[in-house]
Amino acid sequence: MKKCVITVVGNDTVGIIAKVCTYLADNGINILDISQTIVGGLFNMMMIVDISNAQTDFEDINKSLESLGQDIGVVVKCQREEIFDMMHRI
Amino acid sequence: MINISEVNETNKMIEKENLDVRTITMGVSLLDCIDESTDKTCDKIYNKIVSCAVNLVETGNKIGAEFGIPIVNKRVSVTPIATVGGACARSTDDFVRIAKSLDKAAETIGVNFIGGYSAIVSKGSTKADELLMNSIPEALAETDYICSSVNVGSTKTGINMDAVRLMGDVIKKTAERTADRDSIGCAKLVVLCNAPDDNPFMAGAFHGVSEPDTVINVGVSGPGVVKYALEAVRGESFKVLCDTIKKTAFKITRVGQLVAQEAAKRLDSEFGIIDLSLAPTPAIGDSVADILKEIGLEHPGAPGTTAALALLNDQVKKGGVMASSYVGGLSGAFIPVSEDQGMIDAVEVGALTIEKLEAMTCVCSVGLDMIAVPGDVSAETIAGIIADESAIGMVNQKTTAVRLIPVCGKTVGDNVEFGGLLGHAPIMPVNNFKCDDFVNRTGRIPAPIHSFKN
Repeated sequence: MKKCVITVVGNDTVGIIAKVCTYLADNGINILDISQTIVGGLFNMMMIVDISNAQTDFEDINKSLESLGQDIGVVVKCQREEIFDMMHRI
Repeated sequence: MINISEVNETNKMIEKENLDVRTITMGVSLLDCIDESTDKTCDKIYNKIVSCAVNLVETGNKIGAEFGIPIVNKRVSVTPIATVGGACARSTDDFVRIAKSLDKAAETIGVNFIGGYSAIVSKGSTKADELLMNSIPEALAETDYICSSVNVGSTKTGINMDAVRLMGDVIKKTAERTADRDSIGCAKLVVLCNAPDDNPFMAGAFHGVSEPDTVINVGVSGPGVVKYALEAVRGESFKVLCDTIKKTAFKITRVGQLVAQEAAKRLDSEFGIIDLSLAPTPAIGDSVADILKEIGLEHPGAPGTTAALALLNDQVKKGGVMASSYVGGLSGAFIPVSEDQGMIDAVEVGALTIEKLEAMTCVCSVGLDMIAVPGDVSAETIAGIIADESAIGMVNQKTTAVRLIPVCGKTVGDNVEFGGLLGHAPIMPVNNFKCDDFVNRTGRIPAPIHSFKN
């Protein structure tokens, strides 16, 4: 399994989760966990996904999500999960 | 599984608190490039560096993108060139040709610095060491990417005062050769005592002869992260203060460990060490001075500064050591002046002097770093400052260093702008009472006794 963390931060609007999830489904990326909160009045979502069966590589996924985010006015980032594991788990 | 608040904490460190990996430095051994012909040595050096490190920059950028962490610098360090060039170099010009070959290799692979134009002369100098040291002013004036360092002493050997005296002169000449660019050559030249073989940070990085063929050393950073963490514990006890620094240092270092492991694997090199450093930059919020202020000082230089820095340095090491498999380099808090806005402010308001900085170097990770001084300071005075700093390192069994920039044509009250990571600095006054008769004695200061610690 190749886990990544996708974060979405920005002003809340209709269809943010739908658009991100549609992209993931279209590209064979499986969602393992989703959580959402409001931080400082901003919409804040985190998804843990598995990209091991993705139809495209990490670089493309990251770029596509970034431009998808720009289209709907939010910042979307995709990072490999290890950076969070290393920092927060011994 | 990781939760949203942990993800947010990490990303806040990166986006708002300037957490980054300051450098991935690939150490490359050039011992197999030694040849009797300077031309052949130059060719071998160029080919070895390019073949080992051709993918360094691209790999660093890819790792940075995948983990979402900026990897600011990608660099190479090489075997001290005085050792590599000893068999062929008959003149300073031969060493300058080798410098140009290193510079060309750095340009080809796209790194921003290459370190190792160095000599290790803590007990004495070979003919090649002397030629290299004398070639430094021209080598630094004629190249863009070279960093040079000379190790003039150690706890085990004492201090080579002949080399100290020569380096006072070399620093002056380097300033003069780059006078048209505010003597910037001196920003790429450092004189060390107890220099480590595995330091990833410039200007003192070189690939020691005890190292494997290639190695990946990583320098982490993040003074901003420590500063923000301490904002939350204002007024709390030393216990809380120290625990907060340790926990933060642990987290920062884990990121460095991850990046180093990944880079070593992808570049088919050994993972060397993590350098647990708080390395400031001129960017606002990326300052070691700001941490000292957050600990409770009005400005660095105020009474209590040495104690606060000792505490910070120690907690960074304690927190970081457990986070990494191998720790080395210069590990600790750096206190360069021109590269830290808080330090610059402290000098400008009159809180911080070279004498106080010298005291701080007893407990920080390195030494007198990136300090601009008047252009008319004599070579003997600079040698005296190097001797003082080396003595601190020798007696206290720590690395110390001097990176002074005697800026030609400028004096106290002027400012100097180096640009980029090197920053800007006010010219600091130097004690000009003479030490000529002291530094002009020949020979070396013997190694200190290792008992009767008082």
